[in-house]
Amino acid sequence: MQTTLGTPTASAVIFFLVIVALTLSVTYWAARRTRSTREFYAAGRSISPLQNGLALAGDYMSAASFLGIAGLVALRGYDGMIYATGWLVGWPALMFLIAEPLRNLGKFTFADVVAFRLRQAPVRIASAFGAILTLLFYVLAQMVGAGNLIRLMFGLPYEWAVVSVGVVMLAYVLFGGMLATTWVQIIKAILLLFGVSLLTLLLLWRFQFSPGALYAAVAARYGQAALEPGGLVSDPVDAISLGLALMLGLLGLPHILMRFYTVPDARAARGSVLYATGFIAYFYLIIPLVGFGAAALVGRDLIRSIDPGGNMAAPLLAELVGGTPFLGFVAAVAFATILAVVAGLTLAGASALSHDIFTHAIRNGHATEHEQIRVARAATIVFGAVAVALGIVFKGQNVAFMVGLAFAVACSANFPPLLMSIVWRRFNTAGAVCSIVSGALLSVTLILLSPTVWVDLMHHHSAIFPLRNPAIVSMPVSFLFGIAASLLTREPEAELRFDDEKLRTYLGVGAE
Amino acid sequence: MDAKHRALLDSAEFRQLVSSRWRVSLVLSALLFVLYYGYIILIASNRALLSRRIGEVTTLGIPLGAAVIVGAWLLTAVYVVWANRYYDREAARLRAQAGHD
Repeated sequence: MQTTLGTPTASAVIFFLVIVALTLSVTYWAARRTRSTREFYAAGRSISPLQNGLALAGDYMSAASFLGIAGLVALRGYDGMIYATGWLVGWPALMFLIAEPLRNLGKFTFADVVAFRLRQAPVRIASAFGAILTLLFYVLAQMVGAGNLIRLMFGLPYEWAVVSVGVVMLAYVLFGGMLATTWVQIIKAILLLFGVSLLTLLLLWRFQFSPGALYAAVAARYGQAALEPGGLVSDPVDAISLGLALMLGLLGLPHILMRFYTVPDARAARGSVLYATGFIAYFYLIIPLVGFGAAALVGRDLIRSIDPGGNMAAPLLAELVGGTPFLGFVAAVAFATILAVVAGLTLAGASALSHDIFTHAIRNGHATEHEQIRVARAATIVFGAVAVALGIVFKGQNVAFMVGLAFAVACSANFPPLLMSIVWRRFNTAGAVCSIVSGALLSVTLILLSPTVWVDLMHHHSAIFPLRNPAIVSMPVSFLFGIAASLLTREPEAELRFDDEKLRTYLGVGAE
Repeated sequence: MDAKHRALLDSAEFRQLVSSRWRVSLVLSALLFVLYYGYIILIASNRALLSRRIGEVTTLGIPLGAAVIVGAWLLTAVYVVWANRYYDREAARLRAQAGHD
């Protein structure tokens, strides 16, 4: 087939301009409702469960999962589907373990919960360190992905693409705060779900709406092996370690956790997880069909010739079944996806810098609203500029493993102290700091020594650490350090305040 | 902490509410672990089973993968129904006893 991919077609440009115009007018509307810190960080806690469910889904369904998983299924068949299931299973765990206590105890960031009854400065600084490390790895992967994708789809030079994502995203966050960011996520989630559904319908239409006929076409072209498990789970320990990072890493992603403060109470937080899980489950159920459809109709050779990683499988399929206008729509949606995810990450990064470090660690909780908002906006610009700079510096590097690294750090450095602070009376400041620092350093070090970096990127002969995914080691170590340090020190004040915390955790007494 | 809150905290009802909350969420978490890691271990240990054809070409692995996704959502729904029906009512009653709301 002939493809117009890589040239800015009229339809792609029009859809793109419509999305940017729509999101910027939402931002203009939101800017007039964003004056206090409560509005800037938490949208005035005015978001409904359905809206927050869509926004959570929007925050989570990145271009990597939309384009990446479709590509993985197209090129590697069933293995891509195994990978897709891992991306969903964190959501029920988030519901069972974290969502409600998080909403009841915190104000703007997950560090509010960890630091609830502990000494503010050390815990805030350590938590912000864990949060920012996670966010930087995540945003770096997004930015490099954005530069490559936009170059592939619109033919725009890499640096221009990265800078334009940075500028538009900064406009959302800087002026519209959490309210604008939430609505950008909602718009993006609806467009993405609509686009993928339409793509699936158009694709299944060619197979008389029978997935069986689609699978038969894939098997006829690439053999039965495309529908069987391949080499992805050859090492069960590594597969379980990846599964742990994907599942429990979600419980430590700062930009996801922050969204729970936008709803009025714990019941609404619960509802938003159910909606989010539903939308994301639906998305991961139909994305493999898109991947199989691309393999059957577009063909693996053409997909690989445009991008060896397979990222263009879904856009190519869109062009084949819906023509250039549909390709333009899908390309614009992919761009909106990147913008929305980067905006969410930037707001979370800014809140760690301003709310945790400035307001609580430096000012000990005493800063005027005006000062806090000013620092929050400055922190937004700092984080956004760093994100753009990282995107440009890492041009041409293989950063796909960075998302995995972000999940590994989140589940090793952020999740253990969060859970222990909620359930364990004896948990204290020393425990929190040791747990965060050990989890963060160990997960990063083990990834550097793993086959992914040590062999694939640095071309050493064999890896020092055998697993590609460190979570199965780094997360238990973080728990162990947290428990040992807590048991070796005493903090009577923290134990005493656990009673207040319990009433707030379970009954919402005194919740913000 | 005042006497009213102290009494609430020490009451058998509050303790029972907290323990039933964790019992429900830990049972559901255990089911989630069995569902997902069971699937992964099955792929690692018995690839032939997942490769078995259940249709013309469709393998058993395809509906199993979909079942993991749907099952995970159902577990979430079970928790929400339980919490909305039982937990919230009990929590509201205990809050009212202590003079809130």
